Amino acid sequence: MTINEIYEQLKEEYGDSIIELIENPPCDSSIIVKAESIFDICHTLRDKPGFEFDYLMCLSGLDLGENLSAVYHLYSMKHSHKVVLKTIVPKDNPKIPSVEKIWRTADWHEREAYDLIGIIFEGHHNLIRILCPYDWEGYPLRKDYKEPEYYHEMKVPY
Amino acid sequence: MGEKKRIELDYSKIESDRMRLNVGPQHPSTHGVLRLEVELDGEIVTEVVPHIGYLHRCFEKHAEKMTYPQVIPYIDRMDYVTSMNNELPYVMAIEKMLGIEVPEKVQYIRVIMCELNRIASHQIAVATFGLDAGAFTPFLYFFRDREYILAIFEKASGARLLFNYFWIGGLAADVHPTFKEDVLAIVKQVRKTNKEIEDLLIYNKIFIERTANVGILPPDVAINYACSGPVLRGSGVKFDLRKNEPYSIYDRFDFDIPVGMGEVGTVGDCWDRNIVRMREMEQSCRIIEQAIEQMPNEGDVQEKLPKKIKPPKGDIYMRAENPKGDLGFYIVSNGTDKPERVKARGTSFVNLSVLPEISKGYMFADLILILGSIDIVLGEVDR
Repeated sequence: MTINEIYEQLKEEYGDSIIELIENPPCDSSIIVKAESIFDICHTLRDKPGFEFDYLMCLSGLDLGENLSAVYHLYSMKHSHKVVLKTIVPKDNPKIPSVEKIWRTADWHEREAYDLIGIIFEGHHNLIRILCPYDWEGYPLRKDYKEPEYYHEMKVPY
Repeated sequence: MGEKKRIELDYSKIESDRMRLNVGPQHPSTHGVLRLEVELDGEIVTEVVPHIGYLHRCFEKHAEKMTYPQVIPYIDRMDYVTSMNNELPYVMAIEKMLGIEVPEKVQYIRVIMCELNRIASHQIAVATFGLDAGAFTPFLYFFRDREYILAIFEKASGARLLFNYFWIGGLAADVHPTFKEDVLAIVKQVRKTNKEIEDLLIYNKIFIERTANVGILPPDVAINYACSGPVLRGSGVKFDLRKNEPYSIYDRFDFDIPVGMGEVGTVGDCWDRNIVRMREMEQSCRIIEQAIEQMPNEGDVQEKLPKKIKPPKGDIYMRAENPKGDLGFYIVSNGTDKPERVKARGTSFVNLSVLPEISKGYMFADLILILGSIDIVLGEVDR
């Protein structure tokens, strides 16, 4: 199934929750969806015959300046097709429903996106930092991040 | 002497205190700086909580500050035993964005280097897995052989471990004149050693007793956790990106995908994950032999190097089959010579996340084996 067919079918089922399809060859095409319905859409994508996206390849957080974004790269083992979903949330209220219950691998990916970008995944059972120390402040991969001068009274070099 | 008193015990009513034990971060069996918080009931593992991040070197933050070619040395340092394979998906992604067709000779050298590095990585994996199980000799044999492979890399790139050899659109340097003969000699040596190791370790009864039926990972759980590489194939899922989604020139070679079949235990146990690695080494040898035969002698490996590297605006996700599984790079370009964002989907990072799921209910000594059978490199877990 191509990304256009997937887009058409999702549009039929979810209407306004599916915002647009971005095509930009030679780069990847992606479907932009509303953040609040990402859980339902992912559930459909995993379970509906014909889609069966059982493999979450990657979940990345992005800083777009004003907004934050989460990008989902899905793959189907059975049909060997792919789809890219994107959600965009404002920086002052970056809440996205967690898909951890759909693909267990999202657990650590979401923790990483929370740790480095600061996206809050609602419904995640254990949303704590994963790569940085547990008491680190700030989100290092944001473009406006300022490195702290001291951490536990130790000077942070660089 | 008094009469022996018989004590009646109702075992169902015995309760034992759970103990929390800290393994690592400085522990030889955690294969790096990994800390496992383990809850034990006697000697039985009831819970495992991995704590990672001790080797976090801010790869993604660094990548945003550098030009595209400058990122490649950092990628080498992610999974530092498979640096050749790490570079491949990154350069392929940029080449796809720029629309560069890589010369034939470069493609063949890349494939040969990747497969040699796959053998080297699997040698470390099997060697340290044997070490975890208490077998020391295979470790020495494998490290002796690995040194021959590293010598080839050194002749080509100048470095033993961190190469910066694959460039966007080409290679850093051409291979030396006796490359083909050297590689074929290694293939012969690898096969000879693997035969020895099979006798010494793989089909050894003690080793089988130790690793069969331990750490069973069912295929549906493996897919749900997005495991890849030998961890996924050990569970009997026949999935290999080189076959299922051929990239580079892998569609020109004839090779098989070994999967775990539960020969001595259950499908998806530690022994299965290990035997998949052993058999993949043989398949890599087959690919190398075919590639050496087809490889053109003439050709400039740097003729397609772009003058300026400014990919168009957009994002791309490229993945390739690393020795440990799928390594993916999500690259966002903003039209300048520096990437907006480079996200690495670390293979070991994803594979390690399945550890708490598959280690519950086994002995503590088995936990070390299960961790060894996943084959993680902490450089890639923490990036």
